[in-house]
This record gives sequence, C-alpha cells and structure tokens, in this order.
Amino acid sequence: MIYSYYPGCSLDGTAKEYNLSLKAICPVLGIELKEVKDWICCGATSAHQTSHLLSVSLPAKSLAEVEKEGLDEVVVPCAACFQRLKTARYELENSPELLKDVSVIIDYPFENKVKVLHPLEIFSSSNVLELAKRNIKKDLSKLKVVCYYGCLLTRPPKVMQFDNYEYPLSMDEILSRIGVTVLDWSYKTDCCGASLALTKSEIVLRLINNIFENAEAVGADAIAVGCTLCHTNLDTRQEEAKKVYNKNYNLPIFFFTQLMGLAFGMSAKELSLHTHFVSPDKLLSKII
Amino acid sequence: MVIAPDSKFAERVLKESGQSVNLCYQCRKCASGCPVVYEMDYTPTQIIHAIRLGMKDLVLNSKAIWLCASCETCTTRCPQDVDIAKVMDAARQIAIREKVKPQVGDIPAFNKSFLQMVRIFGRSFDLGLTMLLKLRTREFTKDMDLGVKLLRKGKLKLFPSFTRIIETNKIFSKVSKMEKEGK
Repeated sequence: MIYSYYPGCSLDGTAKEYNLSLKAICPVLGIELKEVKDWICCGATSAHQTSHLLSVSLPAKSLAEVEKEGLDEVVVPCAACFQRLKTARYELENSPELLKDVSVIIDYPFENKVKVLHPLEIFSSSNVLELAKRNIKKDLSKLKVVCYYGCLLTRPPKVMQFDNYEYPLSMDEILSRIGVTVLDWSYKTDCCGASLALTKSEIVLRLINNIFENAEAVGADAIAVGCTLCHTNLDTRQEEAKKVYNKNYNLPIFFFTQLMGLAFGMSAKELSLHTHFVSPDKLLSKII
Repeated sequence: MVIAPDSKFAERVLKESGQSVNLCYQCRKCASGCPVVYEMDYTPTQIIHAIRLGMKDLVLNSKAIWLCASCETCTTRCPQDVDIAKVMDAARQIAIREKVKPQVGDIPAFNKSFLQMVRIFGRSFDLGLTMLLKLRTREFTKDMDLGVKLLRKGKLKLFPSFTRIIETNKIFSKVSKMEKEGK
C-alpha cells in the first residue's frame, strides 16, 4: 500500500528517531511511504494562536501538493502536525467560503480530498497487526511500558475522530501484539506542556514529573509515545525534572515505532536509540 | 442553538472563533481539567464569563490567554460544546491585532519568532528560532546546556532548509492582506 508521507519539521531534527524508525519498519508491514515534495511547515501552535487564516492555509499548501501528486491519503506521524492538517481539512470541509479564500491564498483550486492518517491508525488495522506479529524476531515480553498519547492525537474528538479520546488503546494494542508488556495507567492523555517548554519550562517540569511519577508507580520501565513534542519534553527535560522534584526515576522514552523495530530484530543504531537523552542501553541489555 | 451575544466583545469573539460564550452555564469543567490553571490569573471559566460580560480589557490583559497550552482538554469536555481553546485563540488574535502588551511576553515572542522562521525558510529552523527568541526575551543563558546537548546528538540543524520560500512568503502576505480587508 502506498501512502503520501508528511514528516514535518521535528522529524527532520529533534525527533529524527521517529522518522528513521518509521521508515525502517514500514517495508516490513507492506507499507510504502512517498514523501510529499517540498512540504512546508504546518504552522504548529504558533500559527493557530496568531492567525486563524494562516493556521488553515499553511497545512492546505502541503495537502494541495499531495492532491497534485495524485495520492488520496497522507500519513502524518507528528501528533502536532497530524492535528493541524486534520483541523485544516475539517474546517475547510465545513466552510465553502474558507475554502475559497484558502484556494486564493495558496494559488491552487484546492479540492480538500486528501485523508489525513496517523501511523497508529494504519498499524492497528487487523491485517497490519497480523503482519507485525508474523515478523517478530525478538522477545520483548520483559519490557514493561506505559503508552502515552498526549493531547493532540485525540483532541478535539469532533475533529480527530481518533481512538477513544479519554482512554485511547491503539498504541497499547499494537505494542502488546508485538510482545511488549503494556501496563495500564492514568496519564495516557494528560498534557506535557508542549510548546511551553521553551518559554515556561517550569510548567513543563511540573507536568512531566506527574507523568513520570505515575509511570513509575505502576511499575513501568519506559514510556512509549507517538508525539514529537511529548518525546522532546519527556526525554530532554527528565534530568531537570528529577533535580527540581528530587526524584530518581529513570525512564527511557521510546517512539512506538522504535519498539516495533526492536521486535522486528532491527539494530539500536538503525532505530537511532543512541540519540535519546535518557539512554535505554542498560534497560535493553537487561531485557533482551 | 444560537443565542444572540449580549456584549460587543462576545460578538467579536463569536465572529473570530465561531464560538458563542453565551452557551456557557459556568459548570467549571474546563477549569477543573486545565493542566495549567494553577498558573493562571483567571480560570478558563472566568475568562468565558468575562467575555460574556464584555470585559475586554480584563481578558486581553490576562495571563490566562497566553498560558493556555492549547491542549484542548476543555474543548473536549465542555458539556455545552463550546470550543474554549478556540475562544482562547480568538482572544490572543484580537490582543495581537490591537497591539495589547501581553502579560506573559515570552509566549507571543516565541510564536512571532517561530512564524518568522517559517516565513523565511518554509520550515521551522530551531537554531534560528532560539536565537531570535533570546534576542526578544533577553534570557541568553536559558537552556544553553540543553541546546549544546541537542547539537551534539545531531538534533539541532546548523542550516535552515529553504523550502518553497517564495510561495510560503506569498501565503503570509496574502493572509495579512485578507485579514486587513476584514476576512
């Protein structure tokens, strides 16, 4: 199956592990990704906090490129981009007037036909799950993780139509199918503070400390994520949170795609496990 | 259900966001679930009520509208289906357009720097964004060690991407033009 692929800015930098691991596992699952030619930034939180019209036009520009390339589904792994692209599609669907304005802005008679998908949606279909199960080469059953979905994969539910919005299960289902021990916990969809990290980092430290405390309390060794901002906050600020709150948790943060790659027998280097701030080496040598 | 706004400001927010604050019956579910409410001067519930009463100065000069992390928990849980996160966006957008000095200056400074990078390069450029933000906030040493570590891990690019720079710049220009025309 061929999908158009919109990686987004983070996958080019701070979340490069997500890009590398997703691209590594897709062929195993019979999925081909075709990167959107010269995609541009979705505008992220900054655009929708500043100008509504801009926040719809920027994603529409990249979606229009997918349309031009003749594909009707685009895969968007970054939860923030996923939400912005899906919101643009939703708003344009519900306002012919906005669609007219945006077509003028992006200089293209945009039809708004492209469906926006998250890898979790594709991977949780029964045939992909079956394929994933058949390709297991490493036993990960000793690895205990909690799945952290964050805000933007499921909210707002009216727009996202993704999983159960207060208690999502798609990532839990995928990871347990590939043999990981998935634990239940209370912070699946709590906010990590997202883009406040660069300005109000003390808020982020407090929010992520709550997340780490609960993960530790249920006995998790690690946290699995599907959002680039969640990964950056939980991974790069963990050391700081430990100091501020006087804690000693040590929780490697994996993209769910990295765990899938590990189960498929891929190397740590291939999955870019060495670029995490919280090293998973000790944990992995213990359980694999 | 449509309820006519009873204040000019509520009317403006309705026009900007499509959201009628008059639907709110002050159940406080939005404030209860808000992850950053403890840092806010007014809770989201109070902001909604203030808009309803036409207290424009209070809203535009609040910390709350800037501290909102856009996590959409409030929007998701509102029993009256008011998109509170969108109301917060509308308040911020009005504050920017009316040049109200923000109570939490570094957040709009971040947004401005981020969008400048996108306008110039077509994609975000973290290193440039950080430098611009530091110039604006004058907090030169904040997160320095983090930045160095990111560079070492190869996660901070030294050069921007230059993607569709003319087309992207055109999008920004056309949006401002349309907004000035009142769209």
